[in-house]
Amino acid sequence: MEIILNPWPWYVSGPLIAIVMALLLYFGKTFGMSSNLKTMCTALGADRFADFFRFDWKTQKWNLTIVLGSIIGGFIATQYLSNNVPTDLNPVTVTELQQMGFENSGATLVPDELFSLDALASVKILLLLIVGGLLVGFGTRYASGCTSGHAITGLSSLQKQSLIAVIGFFIGGLVMANIILPLIF
Amino acid sequence: MKYLKFLLVGIFFGIVLVKSEAVSWFRIYEMFRFQSFHMYGIIGTAIASGILFLQVSKRKHLKNTEGRQIDAPKKDKGFIRFIVGGTIFGFGWALIGACPGPMYILLGTGVYSMIIVIIAALIGTFLYGILKDKLPH
Repeated sequence: MEIILNPWPWYVSGPLIAIVMALLLYFGKTFGMSSNLKTMCTALGADRFADFFRFDWKTQKWNLTIVLGSIIGGFIATQYLSNNVPTDLNPVTVTELQQMGFENSGATLVPDELFSLDALASVKILLLLIVGGLLVGFGTRYASGCTSGHAITGLSSLQKQSLIAVIGFFIGGLVMANIILPLIF
Repeated sequence: MKYLKFLLVGIFFGIVLVKSEAVSWFRIYEMFRFQSFHMYGIIGTAIASGILFLQVSKRKHLKNTEGRQIDAPKKDKGFIRFIVGGTIFGFGWALIGACPGPMYILLGTGVYSMIIVIIAALIGTFLYGILKDKLPH
């Protein structure tokens, strides 16, 4: 049981993620989480504003079901399959984040300084969450995929376009983490 | 009932991403600072296993449940959309510490502020849909 309750090592987790992709391809579907954002836009009526959203969103109900499942999975994992062992971060990372004002790095999955409900009282934090969400939604659709569609599925099927997209993910991520985040915090 | 298998795959996905700590904001920060191998190990072994699966499927002509050959969908042609769109997503990924899958999963773990991020991501997707024809691809 300890093996389940402790964090899972990378060499177990990676192949398990590949199994998710394999199962979806076996079911005749594909592994793409950001597509759900487009589906939800259409279901909410975005098809009245742009051709891009004109498709039968009901054909994507299977993917929305995955979203529902992943929310339940997140709940089950934290409620029943965890022993709250802190994330074993690099001590350098912890010190660095402390200097930026993040306490208890690794004690939770996300920093309280950004995601606690109290933090929302700050206009700056609220804006950061909104801007971050906008970038994720806009960028994934522009690149037509996110980590699941490009980094996992696209690279597994050796597609050049996905490699270009993943290089983009890292250009953006590296600039944000190394240059912009230290300016914000 | 035909959706049950997708619900179960989703639950499995959510559990794996929490237990692997891939939904951790700190792990994503650490990855982009090159301070840990953990995330590279996860993504690397996922891709290696995925390549193995797809190569075996191709050689053995494995069929999916609909009777077609198992294969990943082909991406559209282009360069600008992938590099620019990818970079924009990368900014958001490192800021929020979550890509679209983990946004939902973290909501399930009790990070309720993620609702704001998800709504903003929906608006971001909507803006892309509106501006699509004006953007270089």
